[in-house]
Amino acid sequence: MKDCLKLLTRFSAHPDSRCWFVAWNPKGTLLASCGGDRAVRVWGREGDSWVCKSVLSEGHQRTVRKVAWSPCGNYLASASFDATTCIWKKQQDTFECVTTLEGHENEVKCVAWAPSGNLLATCSRDKSVWVWEVDEEDEYECVSVVNSHTQDVKHVIWHPNQELLASCSYDNTVKIYKEDDDDWICLDTLEGHESTVWSVDFDKTGQRLASCSDDKTVKIWREYLPGNEQGVVCKGSDPCWKSICTLSGFHTRTIYDISCVATDIFIKMDTQTLVIPPLVCRRLRIHSWFMSCAPCNPKLVDVDSKNG
Amino acid sequence: MAEGTRLENANPLIYQRSGERQLTAEDEDEDFVDPIDDREIFDIDLNFFFLNILHLIRSINDPEHPLSLEELNVVEQMRVHVNDNESTVSVEFTPTIPHCSMATLIGLSIKVKLLRSLPDRFKIDVHISPGTHASEQAVNKQLADKERVAAALENTHLLEVVNQCLSARV
Repeated sequence: MKDCLKLLTRFSAHPDSRCWFVAWNPKGTLLASCGGDRAVRVWGREGDSWVCKSVLSEGHQRTVRKVAWSPCGNYLASASFDATTCIWKKQQDTFECVTTLEGHENEVKCVAWAPSGNLLATCSRDKSVWVWEVDEEDEYECVSVVNSHTQDVKHVIWHPNQELLASCSYDNTVKIYKEDDDDWICLDTLEGHESTVWSVDFDKTGQRLASCSDDKTVKIWREYLPGNEQGVVCKGSDPCWKSICTLSGFHTRTIYDISCVATDIFIKMDTQTLVIPPLVCRRLRIHSWFMSCAPCNPKLVDVDSKNG
Repeated sequence: MAEGTRLENANPLIYQRSGERQLTAEDEDEDFVDPIDDREIFDIDLNFFFLNILHLIRSINDPEHPLSLEELNVVEQMRVHVNDNESTVSVEFTPTIPHCSMATLIGLSIKVKLLRSLPDRFKIDVHISPGTHASEQAVNKQLADKERVAAALENTHLLEVVNQCLSARV
């Protein structure tokens, strides 16, 4: 089948435990994984196989839920159920923990670096989203705690070219935040999903947002600026977001992750099995969007769309 | 955890076909009409597996009493749907008391028991029978959230309570 995803390799990343997340570095040369064994592993290619370059095991006391590379590729952030976020700096052969961000009351569910590299966002089951600032001396400071969601916040992601933040939650909503007077506030709340929203991602232009949910659907949202010709009403001078499309009937279970690359959206669905199920690849044309569905196994390496 | 992907070969917790497990009068009980219906849906090979899931679940203890859930009638009825081809198991339980605060813990214990007993490929869904509990939506949502379940089970105190619920009675 043309334009299909092809499995290149499969390997066990976290012995006897679950691998919760994987992330490619900006160059696409290294893959970071994290898991229930409380460790972060960094993998690199050697010939045809992937080898473990580093094991970062002293940072967390509980499951590491997500990892994120800084835009420059020199730092790795890890978010853990132990309520902390570790920042690791890449050294020659290994990574060194430069600081641990504390403050959340319970499990940190996600960490994300802003494209500028100066800001970091974390979110937690404590319902809050924290925005952190980092300076040239690797000093991290919390600049804002936003308590807008009414439940566990599952994921945060930065806009690709504006200083806007998006988060999604167990409260079934997606929220957009901006900086206002040295503090971060919720700009818009995107309602429509009927259950937990597990992940969101902006497309390359930032004009569209894709969200995926426990309600087995994917929603595409579009940004409308004040005074837009479609006649969508905006609050004051801020943009607002409206759902333009709901994709349903493609998955029979919860959709846990979604990722946009250029105009493609790849959907990752957890199947809770050790065997990668037959790859189902469909292409759907929605306006100028192409969507592929690729069920992936969280215990093994995800075929991450960011690597092409 | 068993390696095999076909149930007939797998799982050390499944009892010998030679009948280590005895059918009791309750198995024929009309309360379990649904299991009999489900049996018709599946392969004849799955009957045995299905009866074992029921057996696994029925041996869970009530958190506050040494008797099993079934003996205490805390769980009035359980419906189990097994689909081997799709690797799904769905368990629906009815708490006797509509405001039972133990519902989440009971549901979690059932889930943990199945997670530990079934091959990894199985997707386990545990929920309260519709219309039988005041907070069923909230409880079901928590039980369905694999991230919340995993995080909860890292809580040593809660894990201890769950393990007590699942332990064999002396």
